[in-house]
Amino acid sequence: MKRRDFLKGAGVAAIGAAAYPVLGGFGTARAAGSPVKVGILHSLSGTMAISEIPVKNAELMAIEEINAAGGVLGHKIKPIVVDGASDWPTFAQKAKQLIASDRVATVFGCWTSASRKAVKPVFEHYRNLLWYPVQYEGNECSKNIIYTGACPNQQIEPAVEWLFKNKGKKFFLVGSDYVFPRTANAIIKGQVKALGGEIVGEEYAPLGHMEFSTIVNKIKASGADVVFSTINGDSNVPFYKQYAAVGLTPEKAPIMAVSVAEVEVQGIGPQYCAGHYASWNYFETTKTPTNPKFVEEFKKKYGHDQVLDDPIEHGYLNVYLWKLAAEKARSFHPMRVRDAVGKVSFDAPQGKVKVDPANQNMYQVARVGEIMATGMFKEVWNSGKVLKPEPYSKYISNMMCDWPKGLVKRK
Amino acid sequence: MNEAIVIGQAFNGLSTASILLLMALGLAVIFGLMGVINMAHGELMTAGAYTAYMAQTALAHFGPHAAGWAYLLALPLSFLVAGLLGLAIEWLLVRHLYGRPLETLLATWGLSLFLQQSYRNIFGSNNVYVKTPDWLTGGVAFSDGVQLPYVRLFIIALVGATLLGVFLYLYRTRTGLQIRSVMQNRAMASCCGVPTRRIDALTFAFGSGLAGLAGCALALIGSIGPSTGQYYIVDSFMVVVLGGVGRLLGAVAGAGVIGEMHAFIEYWSSASAATVAVFALIIVFLQLRPGGLFPTTSRALD
Repeated sequence: MKRRDFLKGAGVAAIGAAAYPVLGGFGTARAAGSPVKVGILHSLSGTMAISEIPVKNAELMAIEEINAAGGVLGHKIKPIVVDGASDWPTFAQKAKQLIASDRVATVFGCWTSASRKAVKPVFEHYRNLLWYPVQYEGNECSKNIIYTGACPNQQIEPAVEWLFKNKGKKFFLVGSDYVFPRTANAIIKGQVKALGGEIVGEEYAPLGHMEFSTIVNKIKASGADVVFSTINGDSNVPFYKQYAAVGLTPEKAPIMAVSVAEVEVQGIGPQYCAGHYASWNYFETTKTPTNPKFVEEFKKKYGHDQVLDDPIEHGYLNVYLWKLAAEKARSFHPMRVRDAVGKVSFDAPQGKVKVDPANQNMYQVARVGEIMATGMFKEVWNSGKVLKPEPYSKYISNMMCDWPKGLVKRK
Repeated sequence: MNEAIVIGQAFNGLSTASILLLMALGLAVIFGLMGVINMAHGELMTAGAYTAYMAQTALAHFGPHAAGWAYLLALPLSFLVAGLLGLAIEWLLVRHLYGRPLETLLATWGLSLFLQQSYRNIFGSNNVYVKTPDWLTGGVAFSDGVQLPYVRLFIIALVGATLLGVFLYLYRTRTGLQIRSVMQNRAMASCCGVPTRRIDALTFAFGSGLAGLAGCALALIGSIGPSTGQYYIVDSFMVVVLGGVGRLLGAVAGAGVIGEMHAFIEYWSSASAATVAVFALIIVFLQLRPGGLFPTTSRALD
């Protein structure tokens, strides 16, 4: 970096940090009727586009609905959509642009943990707020992110317990080779050990891996009762196809996945994954009073062959949670919105949800669904009540996130 | 390691090799014979895979039994579609860049991005899937629970047939003779009355068609989406380079070595470690023998 560029960058950053919350003019200084800008930051191109575009669509739909009903605090919402391009430095750069030059009040976005970790320092530096819609591995405690996707104890841990009770005690772990699967498997190993079960194998494949014949052979030779899969992205397609091809069936050893939802099932082909399981907080088939309308509106808007899934629903409810929190705070100021977010709840398509102000994750119901030949899920179990989020799993960590203190030792 | 596992892994290696070879055959023709580095090769495979999907969608109207026939129909169709696409690419882009490998590399890379985005616009960003025909589901049960899937046996057979076809075309037909003559000595071939321009276009289209056929076969075991081609392109180049540029036999040997090595190393370690190990061994090997397993001896291709 040239010296001049560095000085310019440092200067802008310093001015931004010092003056931004004051000059931003959130809330009171805003002229009545002028729109409030929010950022939408997802990969619209590259390998993650397949997953993130529908989430972006859901967020835009929520914004349209809110605008049609009169907006927030008397202001219409103006979304500014930018493309993170499946590239983590690009995510950081676009986040900076949204906050510093577009002066958005908040940002909805990201999918992969890698992209979230790339933008985290930006949001912390500018004291803005990111709404993150995807289930994740936990182990994070940022004042500037609201995590509404499932924590390990709202998805992975209930799924392991359900398998243990209903399907068997010998687990085979298979995942893509990056932070989420490795952390998830560390949790599962701790939990299976605590339950008195056995891990008969653990395998990782690089993202985009297409040849699973050897891994499938290892699963077959291991005598596993169940397979817990944290494989992500396109690799799921060859995995399920090749799993079925060697004669492994859901009856012999069912696969439980935490990254395969309705959208992925369409791409794999229901033919290959029917009878296997996945754990989420929302399915398109989830029965709540609000869900039918949500499904219908989404399909009307984006096409009847579109399927809905958990991250789409979380993207949608994030916008509403932000609206309710802003109304509660009577301000668009990101930090005031954050302080108010624990005081509101929303009747989301998955049911009533609220955010835990101590760790900024969401209370929600855990569900296990069986994949049907139609590509939809049949719910076979749910937790019955909303579960308190624990971003630091007790199986791998003795820490907890407890604002306003931040990261502390578990009591 | 018991016998069943050795047999199972040897079969997996053979199966991986057959898939690698199918992907690399088209490249062996375009890169190996013509010397054109076609970065859009993966996208030509994707075109073949989408052809299988479209054939299935079109024939779905004729009842559930049509799926089996749709796939058989898709095989020649995918060769044709990708071949025509290749013809268009050669005419619009590649022919202006012969003899300029760096520009070709850049232009075809741009083309690959263009094609990926086009697929995204036409078919949507989600993966689509091809139903495996009923006669390809299941497998031959072998001793001790080893099952050889029909799908993989089918791909091995398809590769054998394709290889035979390519060999007969290049070494037993008049056009094949012309192709080889142009690739070995363009000026001399031209003097003898071989229409070199037409042969160039034909060779490129032929290689592209092979890529389409590979895509159609891979639709049975892999994903079909806008970026599918990207997952295979590196391996394809690796096979051709290891085998020796310009030699079909080299591609066969290269695919076999990589496939078996990968299967056995992976069984003792992990998928990531096997990929690294195979790459490392290939690099060491190419340091010792830069020409690959079967280096070209003809002076014309120097």
